[in-house]
Amino acid sequence: MGNKQTIFTDEQLDAYQDCTFFTRKEILRLHSRYHELAPHLVPMDYTNEPDCKLPLALIVDMPELKENPFRNRIVESFSEDGMGNLSFNEFVDMFSVLSEMAPRELKAIYAFKIYDFNVDNYLCKEDLEKTLNRLTKEELTPEEVELVCEKTIEEADLDGDNKLSYADFENMISRAPDFLSTFHIRI
Amino acid sequence: MPPKRRNHDIIEVENVGMDVDAEPDSDSEEEARRRSRNRRSKSQRKAKQVSEDEDEDEEEEEDEPPRRRGRRKTTKTDEDETPQRRGRGKRTKPQDSDEDEEGDKRRAARKGSKASKKKAAKETSDEESEEEKVGRKKAGRAVSKKEKEEQNKEQKGNVKGKDGENKDKKKKKKMSSSSSSSSSDSDEESLSEGEIAALKEQVEEKKKLIATLRNKPWRMNKRLSLLKEAQDFVEKFEGALGKGKGRRLYAFKVMMTKKLIKFNRDFENFKTACIPWERKIKEVESHFGSSVASYFLFLRWMYGLNLVLFGFMFGLVVLPEVLMGLPYGSIPRKTVPRDEEDTAMDFSVLFDFGGYCKYSILFYGYYNNDRTIGVLQYRLPLSYLLTSVGVFGYSLLVVIRTMARNANEGGDGGDEGEFIFSWKMFTSWDYLIGNPETADNKYASITTSFKESIVDEQENQKDENIHLRRFLRVFANFLILCSLGGSGYLIYFVVKRSQEFAKMDPKTLTWFENNEVEFVMSLLGLVCPPLFETIAELEDYHPRIALKWQLGRIFALFLGNLYTFLFALFDEVTAKLETEKSIKNATEWALHQYYANYSSFYNTTDVPPPKVAPADVIRGPCWETGVGREFVKLIVSDVQVTYLTILVGDFARAFIVRFLNYCWCWDLEAGFPSYGEFDISGNVLGLVFNQGMIWMGAFYAPGLVGMNVLRLLTSMYYQSWAVMACNVPHERVFKASRSNNFYMGLLLLVLFLSLLPVVYSMMTLAPSFDCGPFSGQEKMYDVVIETIDQDLPAFIGNIFIYASNPGLIMPAILLMILAIYYLNTVSKAYQQANTDLKKKMQMAREDEKNRRNNKDSTNQVMKDLEDLMPDKSLAPPPAEEEKPPEVVIDKSVKPTKTKPGTAEKGVNVQKEVSLAAPNPRRPVTRAPGPRGGPPGNTRSPQPQPGKGRGQGAAPRR
Repeated sequence: MGNKQTIFTDEQLDAYQDCTFFTRKEILRLHSRYHELAPHLVPMDYTNEPDCKLPLALIVDMPELKENPFRNRIVESFSEDGMGNLSFNEFVDMFSVLSEMAPRELKAIYAFKIYDFNVDNYLCKEDLEKTLNRLTKEELTPEEVELVCEKTIEEADLDGDNKLSYADFENMISRAPDFLSTFHIRI
Repeated sequence: MPPKRRNHDIIEVENVGMDVDAEPDSDSEEEARRRSRNRRSKSQRKAKQVSEDEDEDEEEEEDEPPRRRGRRKTTKTDEDETPQRRGRGKRTKPQDSDEDEEGDKRRAARKGSKASKKKAAKETSDEESEEEKVGRKKAGRAVSKKEKEEQNKEQKGNVKGKDGENKDKKKKKKMSSSSSSSSSDSDEESLSEGEIAALKEQVEEKKKLIATLRNKPWRMNKRLSLLKEAQDFVEKFEGALGKGKGRRLYAFKVMMTKKLIKFNRDFENFKTACIPWERKIKEVESHFGSSVASYFLFLRWMYGLNLVLFGFMFGLVVLPEVLMGLPYGSIPRKTVPRDEEDTAMDFSVLFDFGGYCKYSILFYGYYNNDRTIGVLQYRLPLSYLLTSVGVFGYSLLVVIRTMARNANEGGDGGDEGEFIFSWKMFTSWDYLIGNPETADNKYASITTSFKESIVDEQENQKDENIHLRRFLRVFANFLILCSLGGSGYLIYFVVKRSQEFAKMDPKTLTWFENNEVEFVMSLLGLVCPPLFETIAELEDYHPRIALKWQLGRIFALFLGNLYTFLFALFDEVTAKLETEKSIKNATEWALHQYYANYSSFYNTTDVPPPKVAPADVIRGPCWETGVGREFVKLIVSDVQVTYLTILVGDFARAFIVRFLNYCWCWDLEAGFPSYGEFDISGNVLGLVFNQGMIWMGAFYAPGLVGMNVLRLLTSMYYQSWAVMACNVPHERVFKASRSNNFYMGLLLLVLFLSLLPVVYSMMTLAPSFDCGPFSGQEKMYDVVIETIDQDLPAFIGNIFIYASNPGLIMPAILLMILAIYYLNTVSKAYQQANTDLKKKMQMAREDEKNRRNNKDSTNQVMKDLEDLMPDKSLAPPPAEEEKPPEVVIDKSVKPTKTKPGTAEKGVNVQKEVSLAAPNPRRPVTRAPGPRGGPPGNTRSPQPQPGKGRGQGAAPRR
């Protein structure tokens, strides 16, 4: 119990609970996970909000993310500098969005960001090719990749600009039956 | 100042509203106008005031919008707020003729709108007084209370501020404006009603923001700072709200809500802390993906449900009987009969739930039929009945609620064919996977599924021999029907045989003969599903469809078996009822004899009851306990078989494969036996049917629920161990989300089916005369009627009598049918609308695409329609060219003649037309002078002010 008081103040915990989908226990667990990643870098005392960021390489090594083909993208999308350095706040944010409780709309926004490899706010063919190659470990032939990407754009592109805007993506993903159950990491 | 210019336009249009004939010549302006139109209705409603000196107003308004914009853009506008507010008082902007002209127009339009509202145009003096009045009212709603020395202006400013706020409903903006007020508001006591209302609104706004903050796609730091800001604001101003009596009440309310929020949070924390096995499930999830995990989630859910049911059963039935009822051995039903006493403690008997087990609180027969027990006057029989019914009610409620929630989450997923590739692309990776092996399998299965889709896309699946396949499918179904029928008959046969065995001396029977029914049923459950799977190979369905068929067939098998078992059981029950009747008669006769003898012997009417040891009393077979025992035995044997299967089929197999592989001729791991896969569907169905039996059996054996809790608890650990230790991830990883509600649907069906026999036995069968809480009653539900008659006031009894009157029940049923019919119709209508909208979207989408690609419509219908259109090239072009100007001229003359109050109408119409064609008389309509001009002149620009303004504004841009 004494442990709890030293990591966060009650106000901080309450604020985190207001801003995320986590409960007190889970936030503390998240902190311990974060701490584990780099014990010498991350302080145990967060009451004065130390400025501390962990690099991408450390974070993608978590067992939850290690096997994920989009791990780098996930971490990059949630880091404020876009390079994949995560502060604890961003770390919590990431798992909050990926938690079971997060609503579909929020998840869709971040999924869009994750799949948007070149960060231009559109899913263009290039992004789709990258996505597909990561999904299949590049086992499809270039022709097949081409075909699949074309089909995807054809299916989901509502305004016919040959790339998927967020509106297109949202429209498509909001009907996907598996999205909520698969876009989800348990911490 | 380009941005200001634009906003100026917006505001201008806004104030004049729908009626103004703005005709912006750029896209952005058009858009702005559209927006402002939407807002305008609101602003009109709220901002009713007409200012006395419109000049001032105008300036302020001009100032307002850019400020608003600025606020919207930045979140920390507190600083830049102040100067802007100050600036409002003075004229900060250079005036030009354009603005004057607009001012004129606005004034006119305002009068017009006012007229439309109040049916009369006000004089300036009137307006002055009214302004005072309204302004005061308004000021409250507004925020800023700065510049006290400029009371008049200030009020107006506030009004305008309110106006601006109405224009933009953005939360952030409100926040910043409210925070500006927070900085200036020092004298809270002097808040007027309106101010309080405004403040309240803002506080509510903040609260809403706090509540929904977690749903916002913002960075965490921003969220945290916003949260702090909002909380500070709420903290500061919440107390200031309310007045006099209301104030204390309000403070109390606020305090209570705070406490409530805190309590809710603590409760939430407690709840999540109570959810067990989170780690275990996560481990399984990361190894096997979401589909296998869905079984464990289901198991956990089931455990929770059973825990609640156990709470009901134990707390309301078992515990009172144990604590307050008569102890063991006090009455015949709580005593082992004399002839069973020798073997009552034998393990084989106990294991069969005979002996002491049979006469324990586990079973129906143990419960006494005293109306009330203990000091609390607890009505046990009534509570027994109500709890049994309540268990069903609660389960039904929970299942349906879960189903509804799942349905909400599942996305509509209406048209499967629409997004095949997109869904595969974006939702096929399971983010839960954290195990390299599973990940590899997942990669492989995704690749295959993509390849399959590509093949499907390239050639639309040709059926080479459709007749053979059809024949095979029919044949397979025939085989499966045969095996279903066979299994049903087998069970019936076995149950009948067991009844014959029951009549024989139990000592002569072997263990197998004693447990034949359970054994056969478990065996069937074990053998049939693989058999079905083999037969299903013939059909050659797509794996997902095959899975559905398989599930359906196993379901039919289990259901058939269960119901055969039940029917056989009820046969037995009727036979038992016969014997019971004779025994009852015999005991009654014996008792009668005893009384007669006693009274004649001692010559007294005061006969003491016969002194017989409870163990020696002749008793009936107590069919309820018999049924309960059957269920308990069934569950136990089911558990045994399941656990043994896991031990042999998974563990032993994995063990052999793992260690014999070193010295075997072929590769055992990759070759024939290999490791087992986790059978999701079989396990889920097993769980569902197990639960069905619990529901059915709980009435006859209250201890059953407790046993089930134990079973689920052990199987959680056992199975999660087994799956991690001996199973390999599926080669084809199925997705679970869709089947989730499928399982729930099965559960609901099973629940309903298990409700039937229980209710039947409650309502029609006579309870045993010498055991159980309902002994002595004609029917079980008589307990309720008895309670109503004796313990409740007469009028409630009357109400019940009326309520159970067929004359009332029939209309009720009729009403329900009508309601169902109505809801059905409504849902159909919604569906229709849905498909219509979808069609429209599709059309729009295609349209857009075609426009981009500049090619002909691909839609056949559209093509046909286009063909039907008159050929444009044949129409004479000059006629079209000339017409519009005429119309415009025609209309543009009109407004000048109409009264100011009605001016908008004509203008409105005109706008439409002028949008269609540019007005050729542009130079004439440009208003040269300021508002000092004659009325006709003032209004003359109205016909095409948009054009005029557009012209005027263009150079500045």
